Amino acid sequence: MRGVKASERVRVALTLNGRKLAAEAEPRTLLCDFIRHALGATGTHVGCEHGVCGACTVLIDGVATRSCLTFAVQAEGREVKTVESLAAPDGALSPLQQAFRDNHALQCGFCTPGILMSFTDYLSRNPHASEAEIRDVLSGHLCRCTGYAGIVAAIKQAARGGS
Amino acid sequence: MTGQLGKPVLRKEDPALLSGRGRYADDLPIPVGTLHAHVIRSPHAHAEIVRIDAAPALAQDGVWAVISGEDVRKLSDPFLAAVKTPVQQWTLAVERVRYVGEPVALVVAESRYLAEDAAERVTVEYQPLEAVLDPVQACGNAAPLLHPQARTNEISVRDFRYGDPDGAFARADGRIAMTVPFPRLSFTPIECYVVVAQHNAAENSYDVLANFQGPFSMHPVMARALRVPGPKLRLRIPPDSGGSFGIKLSIFPYIVLIALAARITGRPVKWTEDRIEHLVAASSGPNRVTGIAAAVRNDGRILGLKLDQLEDYGAFLRAPMPGPLYRMHGAVTGAYDIANVEVKNRVVLTNKMPASLIRGFGGPQLYLALERLMHRIAVELKLDPLEVIRRNLIPAQKFPYRTAAGALYDSGDYARAVDIAVGDGRLADLKKRRDAARAQGRHYGIGFAAVVEPAMSNMGYLSTLMTAQAREKAGPKNGAVSMARVTIDPLGAVTVTADVTVQGQSHETVLAQIVAKELGLSPDEIEVVLELDTAKDQWSIAAGTYSSRFASGTAVAAHMAAVAMLDKLKAIAAKQLNVLPDDVELAAGKIRSRSNPDNALPFGRVAATSHWSSVVLPEGAAPALSETAVWTPPELEPPSSDDRINTSLTYGFIFDMCGVEIDPVTYQVRVDRYVSMHDAGRIMNPMIAEGQIRGAFAQGVAAALYEEFTYNEDGAFLNGTFADYLVPTVSEIPDVEILHYHSPSPFTPLGAKGLAEGNCMSTPACIANAIAEALGVTAVELPATPRRIHALLQARQAKARA
Amino acid sequence: MKPRPFDYLRPDTVEEAVALLAEYGEEARVLAGGQSLVPMLNLRIVEAEALIDISRITALDVIRDHGQTIEIGAAVTQNKLMAWPQLQQKLPLVAAALPHVGHFQTRNKGTVCGSIAHADPSSELPLTLALLGGEIVLKSKRGERVLTAKEFHKDMLTTARAGDELIVAVRFPVANGAGVAFREVARRHGDFAIVAVAAIAENKNAVRLGVGGMAGKPAVRKVPASDSAAAIAAWADELEGYEDLHASAAMRRDLFRNLAPLVVGEAIRCAA
Repeated sequence: MRGVKASERVRVALTLNGRKLAAEAEPRTLLCDFIRHALGATGTHVGCEHGVCGACTVLIDGVATRSCLTFAVQAEGREVKTVESLAAPDGALSPLQQAFRDNHALQCGFCTPGILMSFTDYLSRNPHASEAEIRDVLSGHLCRCTGYAGIVAAIKQAARGGS
Repeated sequence: MTGQLGKPVLRKEDPALLSGRGRYADDLPIPVGTLHAHVIRSPHAHAEIVRIDAAPALAQDGVWAVISGEDVRKLSDPFLAAVKTPVQQWTLAVERVRYVGEPVALVVAESRYLAEDAAERVTVEYQPLEAVLDPVQACGNAAPLLHPQARTNEISVRDFRYGDPDGAFARADGRIAMTVPFPRLSFTPIECYVVVAQHNAAENSYDVLANFQGPFSMHPVMARALRVPGPKLRLRIPPDSGGSFGIKLSIFPYIVLIALAARITGRPVKWTEDRIEHLVAASSGPNRVTGIAAAVRNDGRILGLKLDQLEDYGAFLRAPMPGPLYRMHGAVTGAYDIANVEVKNRVVLTNKMPASLIRGFGGPQLYLALERLMHRIAVELKLDPLEVIRRNLIPAQKFPYRTAAGALYDSGDYARAVDIAVGDGRLADLKKRRDAARAQGRHYGIGFAAVVEPAMSNMGYLSTLMTAQAREKAGPKNGAVSMARVTIDPLGAVTVTADVTVQGQSHETVLAQIVAKELGLSPDEIEVVLELDTAKDQWSIAAGTYSSRFASGTAVAAHMAAVAMLDKLKAIAAKQLNVLPDDVELAAGKIRSRSNPDNALPFGRVAATSHWSSVVLPEGAAPALSETAVWTPPELEPPSSDDRINTSLTYGFIFDMCGVEIDPVTYQVRVDRYVSMHDAGRIMNPMIAEGQIRGAFAQGVAAALYEEFTYNEDGAFLNGTFADYLVPTVSEIPDVEILHYHSPSPFTPLGAKGLAEGNCMSTPACIANAIAEALGVTAVELPATPRRIHALLQARQAKARA
Repeated sequence: MKPRPFDYLRPDTVEEAVALLAEYGEEARVLAGGQSLVPMLNLRIVEAEALIDISRITALDVIRDHGQTIEIGAAVTQNKLMAWPQLQQKLPLVAAALPHVGHFQTRNKGTVCGSIAHADPSSELPLTLALLGGEIVLKSKRGERVLTAKEFHKDMLTTARAGDELIVAVRFPVANGAGVAFREVARRHGDFAIVAVAAIAENKNAVRLGVGGMAGKPAVRKVPASDSAAAIAAWADELEGYEDLHASAAMRRDLFRNLAPLVVGEAIRCAA
């Protein structure tokens, strides 16, 4: 059993984008804050801290998860993937990222990483998702800039290509 | 346009943003020892502050300070405002709170988590006062006063008269009038406010990083509040910002607050706003009640227009308010040729969060009233709504057209654009659809909206708020300044800087396209740097991103700088190629003789000449390569002595039509088809233009059907989370068919008109008109939520039974 | 908004979890998916001296087919149940309701039992459990007990769970060949329902109807298969509905009156 008192610091060790990392946290430290400020991966963004906007979505053991609704300590020992894991080491964009670019699926880019991670999970389960399925999953994210049309087109392109 | 300008060039911004390598304000490194702040906010809409007891909070480990309004009053001056009244506002509430969420105290601690814990240990004792929330009630004699020293809540009233409105109403066949309210809402960017402030005690200077969007006319307002001269407030804008839509203007009081916190604690202080506080207190658009009346001929021609615009700015009028009430002033007659106009503008304060800059900026409020009236005229005169619109549109031959209130519409062929929309948009089919649905007893209606979309504000527009005499005393205010600089380094690399802030509008890409076109390069080869630093970059009070000033303003400055650079390079190359400058052309990375293309040099070599061998430069050519352009269009004159004002530089045209159906089972409004015709002059990047239109359309749908800030009778704010404030998801946004027409602006060398706000203005009106037709009602209150639709249907049933 | 400090405990077994609950009682909250609980903690609208994280207790992460009932352990996520190959056949009403529960992303973590425990008045899983006549299995140091949905769900966000009890499973009765239908009205896709209506028709003559969002907890009643509208209208008046930001009580009643006959008709058509 794992037990940490409120006043204690806990050393949270996890794998982030393929690398084993660890840092201190309180039990109440949100995973999004831990990833961004303790581990320095700022690609994951925070938009609401109550699980509605989806900007903070990361993969935990491959499963799309709101990192604002997860405590860092809950992710210990897990494989966490964030948007920084999608491009190739030389910077080449993944097919999903490229599809976003091709279809002008981002403007300010703040909501984008969360959407990319949601669909990295979803398309791995359902590679040739229909438009209706894409819209259903996308409705778990809020975007203020694009009006969503470009995002749907991008994900359809990625689903056709099989990312 | 040749080369890459006018093409759907993919964005330079994307690779970094897609890879999680954006640099938003909260991503950037902060100094070791930075403290974190949390704002304590008022739970009351209106109350005296009796006492603040911070001792238990200060006793908590890790807490450095609890700052109150009294501390702030000692160290800072009240904010300047556009309307001269005895109202004073500091960055924290002083003596009294006037809206739920108003900042009352600031806790500064070693982490945000600790600061929130400490905040719970601060006791604030209030003596509640009666609150007033409704703008009409707030104007009444019995209303509680927000600012007793002002003696009224209705702090500004101005009357305007153009032509002979009384005469027009006297000779008209009829008078058709309505009262049209527009709701209070915000476009809540997904990234909230972030401020990091440092104070240098030795110099009494401040260094602040904040995702502020401009206009930088707020810089002197902040500096004055902090009691320092401008150069002692260094304001740095991060490279990326998660959207703004006008909202990140209202971060400026927090910049002052956190700067003061840095001064008081002697440490850098960081504040990241969270969503809860953003919803209750960041900013909103103003709600407005418009009384509008038209003097009409029986054929639907409007002879005169009267408007009474009562706009609700919440608890304080912050600079640069009441912008929305005056930004549209010249265009108050919209797309219609109406010479006789009377306008009464009233500003009222209520116990709600202060309203401010928002995308659309007065257009949504105006056009809901004007376009609903157009529809109403058709209904009452038993005419086709589209015919009423057509009959009143400004004819093409009248452009450039001077409106009754002084706007100079640069170009347009509204009738033609409408024809194309009706044809390509298949209005005939839409009508068949409606008729078939109605034959089955379904609630289906068609709506239209014709809208003139202004871009790039005339700085003098707000001074129309003052009388001519007052303006005379204060000195003229007018114009709009845009700045850009093109620089070429010793190895031939081109850099562009400009006076816009970045929030996703793709300025980097378009600026690269503009400069690349002139210099014969590809946009990939142009480096664009838009992180504004008031200590080191060129900026004016007009700098920033607002009022769609980019396409009509800063883009032009970049073009001018690029052309100046082009001319310089031609002069230098001419000497090296041994030809006349007229014979020199730049293309495909080379600089060559047009008449003999083999006589060419690489672009970089010519640039190097200027840096390394200034002695071989032609006469008069300055060494090194940097061209700055400042663009101040002459059309933006100050208001005339009879209150005519050209409020903007360019004017686009939008014509929308839509079919909606009301579901009698769920009371939901479904947009069946939506067509939007846009004339924004020359389009610099059609992909980006479409993105802006779709984004504005989604926000227009949100205003029509989903979003509203609601308060209960006690002034409690009811939309405190994203579960209660309904930002639409993809499932709520219908498709929009976009059509284009192009009337280039003769007032800018690029011919492009700002187009970012249009559907915020047209879409709520178009949907409201369609609902009015679907249900056969006059008053359609937005947002047309199921609750309101239910009430409308119930009222209709009751009427039918009676 | 950041949560208040709490002790974090992550038991590996049900026994450990139950012992912790005995120790902390009302001061502790059970954390499974966290999709309902953590927003409330972040907003500081609930208290928790300790969080007991049961999400890694493998014994609770099972779906058991007992023939007449399907038992779903407390760590089973909504998406896991949605992906269960036998769901459509054994629990077609749950299969119809689950796509309305939050979003794909929240269903990845949100648990079936967590939704039952949260007891939001309009939420889909408590409604289906009530309509199907399901059960909740509770364990404490004092022993185990089983409550019916009706006994368990008392009022808005209020259940019969004692402070030291852990929900270890819910049991849904299998509806063999019954026709089912589910519809809800929400402001946006994935939002909490304003009114949710579910129906199960064992045959063409007998229909059981359930509604969520009209009262503090789901209401279930038999309605006549033909001309259900009159019975529904009368029931709507009895239930009254309630007022909130999104709907008046009158609107809720009308939504129920409009929707429920359609749902009844659909269930009858689907009945074998």
